Amino acid sequence: MKLSSDKKLDLQEILKNLEKYQPRRKGWTWRKKVENNKIGPFVYQDTSESLTHSVPLPAAAYFDNIDPQSDVVITTEIASGRFEDDLRRMRMAAWHGADHIMVIRTTGQSHIDGLIEGTPEGIGGIPITRKQIRATRKALDAIEDEVGRPINFHSYVSGVAGPEIAVLFAEEGVNGAHQDPQYNVLYRNINMHRSFVDAAEAKKIMTDATILQLDGAHNANATAKQAWKVTPELFVQHAINTAYSNAIGMPNDLIALSTVPPTAPPAPKMQYDLPYAVALRELFADYKFRAQQNTRYMESDTMETTVTHVLDTLISCMTSADIQSTITPDEGRNIPWHYNNVAGVNTARQTLMGLDGLMEQVELKQDGPLRENVRELKERAVLFLEEILNEGGYFTAVKNGQFVDQGYFPERKGDGIVRDPQGGDGADTVIPREANYGAPVCSHFGNNSYAQSSTKPCNDYGGCTLCAPSKIQYIDELDTQDNVEKRLQQPFADSAAGLIRPEVEKHGDSIVCVTLFVPESPNVAEAAALEMARQMSLKNCEVISRRVMHPAEGSVFEIKGMLDVAVDIGKLQIPVKDELLSDAAIEAWVRPRDIHIVAATVGEDEHSVGLHEILDIKHGGIEKYGFHCHDLGTSVAIERLLDIAEETGARAILISTIVTHGNVHKQHMLHLHESARQRGIREKLALVAGGAQVTDELARQCGMDGGFGHGTMGRDVGSFLVRTLREQG
Amino acid sequence: MRCAERPDDFEKRREKLQNMSDEELHHHFWQLVEKIVEPLIDEARTHTTPSIERSILLRMGFSSNEANALVEKMQAKNLLGHGAGRLVLELAKTKQLSIRAAGAALLSGQYWEEL
Repeated sequence: MKLSSDKKLDLQEILKNLEKYQPRRKGWTWRKKVENNKIGPFVYQDTSESLTHSVPLPAAAYFDNIDPQSDVVITTEIASGRFEDDLRRMRMAAWHGADHIMVIRTTGQSHIDGLIEGTPEGIGGIPITRKQIRATRKALDAIEDEVGRPINFHSYVSGVAGPEIAVLFAEEGVNGAHQDPQYNVLYRNINMHRSFVDAAEAKKIMTDATILQLDGAHNANATAKQAWKVTPELFVQHAINTAYSNAIGMPNDLIALSTVPPTAPPAPKMQYDLPYAVALRELFADYKFRAQQNTRYMESDTMETTVTHVLDTLISCMTSADIQSTITPDEGRNIPWHYNNVAGVNTARQTLMGLDGLMEQVELKQDGPLRENVRELKERAVLFLEEILNEGGYFTAVKNGQFVDQGYFPERKGDGIVRDPQGGDGADTVIPREANYGAPVCSHFGNNSYAQSSTKPCNDYGGCTLCAPSKIQYIDELDTQDNVEKRLQQPFADSAAGLIRPEVEKHGDSIVCVTLFVPESPNVAEAAALEMARQMSLKNCEVISRRVMHPAEGSVFEIKGMLDVAVDIGKLQIPVKDELLSDAAIEAWVRPRDIHIVAATVGEDEHSVGLHEILDIKHGGIEKYGFHCHDLGTSVAIERLLDIAEETGARAILISTIVTHGNVHKQHMLHLHESARQRGIREKLALVAGGAQVTDELARQCGMDGGFGHGTMGRDVGSFLVRTLREQG
Repeated sequence: MRCAERPDDFEKRREKLQNMSDEELHHHFWQLVEKIVEPLIDEARTHTTPSIERSILLRMGFSSNEANALVEKMQAKNLLGHGAGRLVLELAKTKQLSIRAAGAALLSGQYWEEL
């Protein structure tokens, strides 16, 4: 399946022949670092191979559209509940630099004792099934070919069906997974004996399939009221899962610690989070690090969240990270929206690129508070371990509520999570293996009568599914109503009818978000803002963000609502963009004709950069085509431009108008047109305006022949001038 | 028993650790972890669960539905301690059936008394 960048993902094609699909590779893939990577005008220290297709950062327009890629993997977590909608989001995220796509499971899957099949819709995630994984992996295969970089697909091996899910992941080419029995015990109340016994089998399967393992310790950050106080315990949780994995045979390079800087401003983040990050990397020097961003303190303000995430990423750079995970800035207020996954990825990408080469220039101090705090954290962690052993081991310690206590260990608040070793989901399901116990399959952990000989345990019957994938039993659907084919009927019908609706999460959800500042006290302002949104014809309006600017002067709100409007593509007036003339064609027409052009930034306006970009030969401006450019500078009066145009016999006047207070940019354009007309030279001149708030449509309304906004290059203007002047004769 | 509240007596407790070098402290840390993990691994090595047994049947070429049904019956008959995969494979060998045919026979209620 091959994707074309101007065509949407073909979901029918993805769903076709899934029963025959087999993953083309297994296991995790890291980015390929490139030393001294020369990209555009710069040499990067911490980057990897570039993509073949991507959307660069916005400011890249000023740097030859370069799109350097960090040397660390970037994660985005995607979970709308409908995997078919998620696939489109994965493609968007991949174009922005994500190469680790983590799929959240639907609420409650942890407690389902067995695999789910088909494609039922989920809540806050998707039910992980063979069909959904296959379809997703197939789509990601095509997307990774499109962007030119392998994409790691990731989900969760937890709950009471861990070993089965691990088999499913190994068979279907899932590349990374969370696996940590402590997560089951503490947060899902799954029986602790069951969790650890299951985990051993799951880890063995993951090891052989080279699936990268992430642990679950970061969840304590998200649970604890004062997350920075559980840090001693976090070392312990990481260590238990790590040592348990090692004991099963998992190599160090498949073990990644999932770690989160525990605080957020206004807390003095660096005082707490940096020593913690350093101590963790010293104690776990042989392992991989998945640096997650903080979610504990984020609510509705996406800008605040973004700043915290930039600081989190700074900590990754100052310590180390193999994977930089991202949190969507809207996670605190709703299930993440498409474009906020992209926003989260870009926060990491922009920060990592800005910090390239940082640690070649600075180093962390080896004395003072940093070292003292690092040491203290490690000692507190050691004391925590000693107490587990004194209590009688892990199970008893959990029973006694030693974990996720809000005290800064060895301080205790007595409010830890308490679990009964004999209780919880799946209690009494751990069975002793008899002396003749046997498991005639590969990737099995523990006593096994079939593992005695030198041949594979599955040789007796021609190989297990891990050796002979054709033996995998594929179930398509079990529910005739709740499945992807049913759900896609409406999108396909809309598409056939040429109808489009706004969307944030799922096809046709029609959700839009408006920002309103209301100059009143908070309560009055909020009621008014909601009423205004309703009067915009939005349905089910809901305030998703509120920020007081001043108790009396006003508040700003973001309101989401449904815009129940389907737009008919066939009835849209879509402006046709002229194909640009080639550089050679422009020059061939201009150079023999000795064409003079007068240009200036007009009004009381000292901005000169934009016009230089368009005119100067060194910026790739139109001088290179042979135009004689008379740049009169900044804050130039319209009449002076016309005077010089008449003196030089100019064929065109280019004005730059950046300042827009009181619509002064419109006034300048109208003035230029009108004065040229009064002087009787309007018909001989091409009049062009440019500026941040200028559009072609606006400029034409104001009497110009054409207008250019952000991102305009010399060739755009050169091509336009040649066409216009050619028509004028 | 729930951990009682306790003030932060870190300064007192750390005394015994203070003279360790960082390297010694790291070593001590990992030794303690290994001691905690040891009994957990022992239990995993010598025990099984319905999910492990279902995962084995999946690997032997059964669907999730078939694996669920087989393991449920074996559990009800207290047979899981022998290994679901072993029960199916040995039955297949004895009856000269394919693995899937042996599983299908069990699902249809045959041969349970011979397991």
